[in-house]
Amino acid sequence: MAIELTSDVKGFRDKISILSGEDVSICYQCGECSASCPYSSEMDLLPSTVIRLIQLGQKEVVNSQCIWLCSTCLSCFARCPQGIDIAKVMEALRQLNLRKQKSNIDLSKISREELNRIPQVALIASLRKLMG
Amino acid sequence: MKFSKMKLFMFPGCALKTTAKGFEVSALSSASCLGIELIELPNWNCCGTVHPLSTDDVMHHLAPIRNLLRAQEVDYDLFLESEGKLVTFCSLCFNTLKRSGILIQQDTEKRTIITNFLEKKEKPQFEVINFLEILRDIGYDTIKSAVKKPLKGFKILPYYGCMLLRPKEIGIDDPENPQVMENLLTALGAEIVDSPYKTKCCGSYHTVANKKLAMKLSHKILNDSEKNGANALATSCPLCAYNLDNLQREITQAHPSFHEIPIFYYTQLMALSFDLNDKSLGFDSNYADPKPLLKKLGL
Amino acid sequence: MQNNGLKKTKVRVYILGKEYEVPSSLTIMKAMEYAGYRFVRGCGCRSGFCGACATVYRIKGDHKLRAALACQKTVEEGMYLTQIPFAPAEKVKYELSTLGLSPNILIQHYPEIAKCLSCNTCSKACPQDLDVMDYVQAALRGDLKKVAQLSFDCLSCGLCAIRCPAEIVPYNVALLARRLYGRYILKSAPEVEDRISEIKEGKFNEEINELMRLKLDDLKKRYNDREILI
Repeated sequence: MAIELTSDVKGFRDKISILSGEDVSICYQCGECSASCPYSSEMDLLPSTVIRLIQLGQKEVVNSQCIWLCSTCLSCFARCPQGIDIAKVMEALRQLNLRKQKSNIDLSKISREELNRIPQVALIASLRKLMG
Repeated sequence: MKFSKMKLFMFPGCALKTTAKGFEVSALSSASCLGIELIELPNWNCCGTVHPLSTDDVMHHLAPIRNLLRAQEVDYDLFLESEGKLVTFCSLCFNTLKRSGILIQQDTEKRTIITNFLEKKEKPQFEVINFLEILRDIGYDTIKSAVKKPLKGFKILPYYGCMLLRPKEIGIDDPENPQVMENLLTALGAEIVDSPYKTKCCGSYHTVANKKLAMKLSHKILNDSEKNGANALATSCPLCAYNLDNLQREITQAHPSFHEIPIFYYTQLMALSFDLNDKSLGFDSNYADPKPLLKKLGL
Repeated sequence: MQNNGLKKTKVRVYILGKEYEVPSSLTIMKAMEYAGYRFVRGCGCRSGFCGACATVYRIKGDHKLRAALACQKTVEEGMYLTQIPFAPAEKVKYELSTLGLSPNILIQHYPEIAKCLSCNTCSKACPQDLDVMDYVQAALRGDLKKVAQLSFDCLSCGLCAIRCPAEIVPYNVALLARRLYGRYILKSAPEVEDRISEIKEGKFNEEINELMRLKLDDLKKRYNDREILI
């Protein structure tokens, strides 16, 4: 798959770096994060792929579905040999959407019965992570 | 055996007042057996459940920090007597409160903005600890001496989930192979079952808008536990408990060969082994009925 | 003529950005009418009870945003104000008699309360000095009694809803909580129960029928001659 490097590679990488506080350039693609991630089998892009794409300044990664599956379980961060907090990077990508009012949850689709049943902490966490 | 009396402020969190009432009930009763008086913070708000991960986020730290600064609202003598500690039970509360507390200790700018906004002084501030750490400090031999009905026949997988152990900075034990719950449950007389899934995510908040995902992850954990011979799981998080316990309804529909397995809060197991009355066990909160197992084991 | 220390009798206020000099003893509402405004909305009981006249203002030189009821708050020098006669807020439809008392009942109807940030902006905006944040938090815990007690003096003026960054409408949540509390939790006064039984038994039917048969003048006379017991 051919990736086109635009002149804005550094711009996007820096943007993510500032928002997440993580320097993704030190990732050497060992794949430990992808192996540890409990959601990786459901993701359109693996966590290590996301990091690689950010290194290459590919802004489209903001539109990927995988960022919404991450539940910040931190298995990736616990195991990364370079100490990169991939969850923070995922959060930065989510924030770039959420701050533009793009949500990944629709309250109207959750039934009254469900709202009655689930622990309120689940709803609170969902809205914090998925609602713009 | 006489236990040295301890007074500690307690942060229950939202779930312990509703879906995880059994956790609170059994926690208070088993703690008092060990000479620990847990005083609920007179005024508290939701901790926020998840720690905000963006470097510029100040707003989402308000909720946890407000709670930590409520140290300035309580009786100061009692605060000193309890060594400024705030005990949490719910893993989410523990993780969020502790991480935000550490963040404002390190980040002066955020500390100033947040404390000014909350119209509070910067100190005193509560120190966040998890009840499992208190139990470790008390000593498992001491806890064993409170046991009246050892949990013989229980083969328990202690399920940690994510929030107790990660990130390492706040984790209460080794994130790859923790032992703190194993040691506790062994002191209570139970047999321990091991599984690599004991530290894997249960699906967390996806249970709200992506239930199948939470079901998939929880099913893996339950399956592996049963495969390794567990007849019960122990947990410390109301959300994990919901995914592992209540979702068994949907899991059974999707996998007819699935056997229900009871999920306990570790404090319920403590209360059980301390031979406390039914009300102190809080089994109303449990979905998968623990009574058949208890009957089978003669407890 | 020397200034002998008399209080200034007029102050400068800015209504929707336009400067007016108004008597300093007036409330915001009276001051606006003095300035020539005529209220067709955003005005109700004029006595601090209906919550129609929600006002948001700043004092010149101070960045702080304040809120008050126009009929209660006296004008101040440099007041920059605007009215919020209506706060857009959805009131969820429910049939009270069909509702149960599950711990999540308030979340069921208003799931957005889960977005509460505990920022306390709502309480700061409340003209009744209510602990709005505390009752929203109590709602998250299913503590209907606490919500009902803390929100008792709420006027539904809309100021908390307008200011809330989590887009919650606290007073609608509180309304449902008070209704549930009154209907299902609070015990009925025994006198009320007795009276209801008496009415059902028809104890007052004769008297009511008699009143309904009276001519208008006789009814008026009866009303005016009634004995008021204190």
